[in-house]
Amino acid sequence: MTKRRVVVTGLGMVTPLGLNADSTWSALLDGRSGAGPIEHFDTSAFATKFACLVKDFDVSQYMSAKDAKKMDVFIQYGVVAGMEAVADAGLEITDHNRHRIGVMVSSGIGGILGIEENHTKLLNSGPRRVSPFFIPASITNMLSGQLSMHYGITGPSLAIVTACTTGVHNIGQAARMIAYGDADVMLAGGAEKASTELGIGGFNAARALSTRNDDPQAASRPFDADRDGFVLGDGAGVVVLEEYEQAKKRGARIYAELTGFGMSSDAYHMTLPPADGRGAAASMNNALHDAGINPQQVGYINAHGTSTGAGDIAETQAIKSVFNEAAYQIPVSSTKSMTGHLLGAAGAVEAIFSIQSLYYQKVPPTINLDNPDADCDLDYVPHTARDLAFDVSLCNSFGFGGTNGSLLFSRV
Amino acid sequence: MSTIEERVKKIIVEQLGVKEEEVKLEASFENDLGADSLDTVELVMALEEEFETEIPDEEAEKIRTVQAAIDYVSAHSED
Repeated sequence: MTKRRVVVTGLGMVTPLGLNADSTWSALLDGRSGAGPIEHFDTSAFATKFACLVKDFDVSQYMSAKDAKKMDVFIQYGVVAGMEAVADAGLEITDHNRHRIGVMVSSGIGGILGIEENHTKLLNSGPRRVSPFFIPASITNMLSGQLSMHYGITGPSLAIVTACTTGVHNIGQAARMIAYGDADVMLAGGAEKASTELGIGGFNAARALSTRNDDPQAASRPFDADRDGFVLGDGAGVVVLEEYEQAKKRGARIYAELTGFGMSSDAYHMTLPPADGRGAAASMNNALHDAGINPQQVGYINAHGTSTGAGDIAETQAIKSVFNEAAYQIPVSSTKSMTGHLLGAAGAVEAIFSIQSLYYQKVPPTINLDNPDADCDLDYVPHTARDLAFDVSLCNSFGFGGTNGSLLFSRV
Repeated sequence: MSTIEERVKKIIVEQLGVKEEEVKLEASFENDLGADSLDTVELVMALEEEFETEIPDEEAEKIRTVQAAIDYVSAHSED
């Protein structure tokens, strides 16, 4: 069977840097940090008192209060990003095509805010005060469910949950479903709102978060010697993926072709990667093999680069093992230095950054890289964005559970 | 002090996201005010909180219109 080609025709984002794809992209090129103090709960007992939060998000701009209260905040972010992506694609949904359009927008953590709020009600007032919407508003796949209902799209509705690789896996698998013929169009991506007391408390307990409370905007510093953990981020990213011939026929703007998708598992540790990054390398190699692309053709890598001690070194090792000497010539940046780590949405917004990089021929920087770690010796595009003529971008995501994913995008 | 009718109507407006003028006495939550079964459960919970009463499930199932809600609360509320 010949694989059908899959292209990206719509982008949507809600991030700590902006409430849509364009504003996020320009903030990224400006090298702005989305970090700031947490003020929505009392952080005095928490080791980490800051995060990259979504600012000025007024859900009533997008939907009725009645609909909004039936969605955990991560679902609101995802639905809003999905609406932007569909509008951006100029996609007309009719009785003729709705059964050929599906959705795969998921989350790494899911509705942790709703779990906390309803557990508090349970403890304080008993089980009769638990909301009838608690379960349907919190479960992870309800984001796909809400988007399918909003648009009346009756193709596949799924949600892969793979921690911080969620966004990449959903986009990659959604593309496979188009290539295979299950659908002609897929909305795909991820959303997250884990900056809650339990979320921050849990990641703090796992010693995963930066505690640079005196300077939050300098806290996410991937590949820097003084990094001390990741900065949690909230938000969502959704792309519209479309079968190439159909997109061309309707005159859609094509941002990029999704040419390669690779996956692997570390089979090593719950939260740590092996030092040589072999699982990450396998994921990148599988994507290159899927695309039939030589490593030399890759012009930019959007790294997973979380600003954790072990992760940044392992990914650097993995890139070297895949690209050999050429690794030193390829710009590699971690946009998490600006957005923070959006967990299940990270791979989605970073896939979009990889697509925007290719489309606009500019690569975003890694900010806060003042003093690179001796073991991190690639070109991480420190501080300042760069113009770059190139044809292929690579986007990596690696998650708890040792689950890896890589996407390759090519200019059309 | 608002009357029971006013308080019940206010909760219905808030919970179901409808306009005040739509909340007629004979209006059915599901048929006229766009509620589904979960909306109705939540509406009953809001009534319980507002009037500090507990509405047993078998009674709650009978509260399907604005008038039925007012009647129940009037019969079971202290104030």
